[in-house]
Amino acid sequence: MIKDQEYLRSKASYCLDLAKKLGATGSSVTVGHSISETVNFRNNTLDESNRSDGLSISIETYLGKKRSSISSSNLLEDNIKTLIEKCFETTKNTPEDEFNSLPDKDLLAKEIKNLNLYDETHFDNEKKIEYLKELESVASSEGKIINTESSFTENKSNFILANSDGFCDGYKSSSFSASCVTVAKDENSMERDYEFTSKRHLSDIKGAKELAQKASEQTIRKLSPNKIGSEKISIIFDKRIAKGMLGAFAGAISSSSIARGTSFLKDKINEQIFTETINIIDKPDINKGVGSQIFDSEGVKSDTLNLVQNGVLKNYLVDTYNGKKLNLKSNGRSGGTTNLYFDNGNISFEDLLKSNSKHIYVTETIGHGSNLVTGDYSVGATGFLIENGEFKFPVNEITIAGNFKDMFKNITLASDLDFEYSINSPTMMIEGMTVAGK
Amino acid sequence: MSNFFDKSDLTRKDADKIVSDTLQNCDDGELYLEDTKSESILLDDNKIKSSSYSSDLGFGFRAITGEVVAYSHSNEISKDSLKKSSDNLKSTLKSMKGTYNHDISRSNKKFYEDINPIEQKTLNSKLEVLNKVNEYLRKKDQSVKQVTTSFAGEQKSIEIIRSGGEVLTDVRPLIRFNVSVMLEKNGRKETGVYGIGGRQSYDEYLKNDNWKTVCEEAYRIASVNLESKPAPAGEMKVVLGPGWPAILIHEAIGHGLEGDFNRKKTSAFHDLMGQKVASEGVTIVDDGTIDNRRGSLTIDDEGTPTEKTVLIENGILKNFMQDRLNARLMNTKSTGSGRRENYRHVVLPRMRNTMMLSGNQTQEEMIKSVDKGIFAVSFGGGQVDITSGKFVFNCTEAYEINNGKIGSPIKGATLIGDGPSILKEVSMVGNDMMLDPGIGTCGKAGQGVPVGVAQPSILIDKMTVGGTKL
Repeated sequence: MIKDQEYLRSKASYCLDLAKKLGATGSSVTVGHSISETVNFRNNTLDESNRSDGLSISIETYLGKKRSSISSSNLLEDNIKTLIEKCFETTKNTPEDEFNSLPDKDLLAKEIKNLNLYDETHFDNEKKIEYLKELESVASSEGKIINTESSFTENKSNFILANSDGFCDGYKSSSFSASCVTVAKDENSMERDYEFTSKRHLSDIKGAKELAQKASEQTIRKLSPNKIGSEKISIIFDKRIAKGMLGAFAGAISSSSIARGTSFLKDKINEQIFTETINIIDKPDINKGVGSQIFDSEGVKSDTLNLVQNGVLKNYLVDTYNGKKLNLKSNGRSGGTTNLYFDNGNISFEDLLKSNSKHIYVTETIGHGSNLVTGDYSVGATGFLIENGEFKFPVNEITIAGNFKDMFKNITLASDLDFEYSINSPTMMIEGMTVAGK
Repeated sequence: MSNFFDKSDLTRKDADKIVSDTLQNCDDGELYLEDTKSESILLDDNKIKSSSYSSDLGFGFRAITGEVVAYSHSNEISKDSLKKSSDNLKSTLKSMKGTYNHDISRSNKKFYEDINPIEQKTLNSKLEVLNKVNEYLRKKDQSVKQVTTSFAGEQKSIEIIRSGGEVLTDVRPLIRFNVSVMLEKNGRKETGVYGIGGRQSYDEYLKNDNWKTVCEEAYRIASVNLESKPAPAGEMKVVLGPGWPAILIHEAIGHGLEGDFNRKKTSAFHDLMGQKVASEGVTIVDDGTIDNRRGSLTIDDEGTPTEKTVLIENGILKNFMQDRLNARLMNTKSTGSGRRENYRHVVLPRMRNTMMLSGNQTQEEMIKSVDKGIFAVSFGGGQVDITSGKFVFNCTEAYEINNGKIGSPIKGATLIGDGPSILKEVSMVGNDMMLDPGIGTCGKAGQGVPVGVAQPSILIDKMTVGGTKL
């Protein structure tokens, strides 16, 4: 059973009291508990079961403008006591930093809206096994599929965040996720692809059959790929890759990279950084949203942010520390974005494919090729060649490269947005990038 | 050494009994106890940004029968919690029957000392070094706009209890010191990063003002990149420098030779044992036994002493890296490669220090032989698709080669290749093998473990460079 709020609150207030007794001028503590159960299948048989039960605590103590932190998974009182003493000793010895402080009291979340983030249903291992059996039998039914691996995870967690300014709140959340990885083989190559689903509520996840069919279709169509020549060509990013562009964008507008001056988007506020048609929104209060939150990791209320409006950068993602440095108020984004998405474009997926006579349609990228200081981007890619709106043949062992500053100004979005994950994008086309191949 | 039982209602005797009782009808398994103390101190933007300490204690209980692994972990070491885990394992494996394999090899060799690097040096002395680094770099010249430097230290104590009461223990120190510097000149910004580390005390790495060498290297990389031109795009010859560029070996070959992917036949190498997979003269080993290296282990996370495993000898594929599970299912022995990030994770076969051994050519010969290509000296990281064999790695310092001469520096670019065929494209192997500086972390199935790499300079005849210049 997941620990209740009472238990977590009592641990949290023990910590705050102790820190105060030791002489801390401020403190904040997060106590969390999480239980997760996973079952893995491989080639139609049970492969692994994994149960994880974890408590965690993290504490920050302040002495004026000095601060340090500790974390532990051991919640026994004598261990916590030793750790808080150690933490406060370290605080005393750490130099002052004028920007260190607890969040402004008037920014803290006042009410806890019910966003339906917790589904108490327990999907026991027998049921997970049933789901995976169906999934694997569908996934392996295609002759070319030679290996299947699938997994079902149920997670329940609860937490309390408390600080010495009187904030003390938390809530339960749950997630149910299933994934299917298939390997296909023909006389020319062996390829792997996947599909997954993850939702707050059990009843919202994709069915076993749908997941399996998608995974095996996506894998089989990658067989017998070609390498193509190097050229400048229009690239269409499948949704699952397009959302990665948002991830990079979010990294570049985090207040820490802005304050440190290590972002290619520094000083770009109120400037046109995307095509005029582009809008980017971060919305924390989506009912059952995978990325939804009521407050951020400091207790600051999170409201919807229009990060980019008509291509113009409107907001950074601000936490307390970096906010003070930049003279901005925290907007509840300590810990990053919530439900981040590009608004729909106004061209259908089919029309996007036909918009040029030739595109590369990218379904997977590998490598960590985003440099957020310079904006340079270069990654390995796998996908398809599209001619006149039709998928011609699979392509691999190529790289795609450009610079975000130019890429952002050459984006066209399709109108096929849906809210599957915490970051979502419609299908995306970027013109003017370089493909390196043969 | 940690005593896992002195603050718990669970006695060693109880634990032995529960372990033996749970595993009696299983092929393998163990109770893994872990106590990790870690610290991280970060100076950034002229200030000590964070100083944090963490203590993590817990157990992972594993039972294996046939190919099925049941795992349960918790951070509460108590009789009740262990029993709950035991019930969970039993229920997963209830319909199966195995025979416990009691064999586990033992060795007295140790590859690092039982020290706690965190306690060996005071907080103030660490803060002092970080401040010196910041001042030193900022005084260098006006273009230095940002300095980030950090210490990370850890002591991990583990104890493995096997069915029948056999106990194996290890205490593992690990430290890392990092410097990152950002320069800005004529509106251009570039970063240089360098670090050092391994399984010793901080002082071993920082004696003789060694931190200055780390600063110089980070600064040098950033300065080179300030002058960089767009990288070329397309297939060409690539000369890799010695040391850290062996990330290529790790990604292109290493992952594909891990036992699990080969047992499951999802690795592009699974049917290539005994065959030629590299040019003559290419020998690659994975070695867990080098003193104080980041990827070294006295015993792996299943208790098997580590070894030097020959993966490829003179071009021929000789061995995969194995943990106990995959070794048993493939009828071979564990190579001491069973590793896990911590008690929350199951054991997987993983790399330790992966090294290509020296040949007899020189780097000058290689560069001289190239009409048009690139010379890659330093790398950020890499990734591989095990099944298709395609892998990438990202240059952080590279130069053009024109007519046998090193030319201008080029911008960071991704290089992509095909694992099973890339080593056949190696046409020269240098005589200058070098170990990396000790900062590598390898990720697999969501688990990060410290690893090392090493190689001499090599010439690759054909690889795709992912630049922007056609």
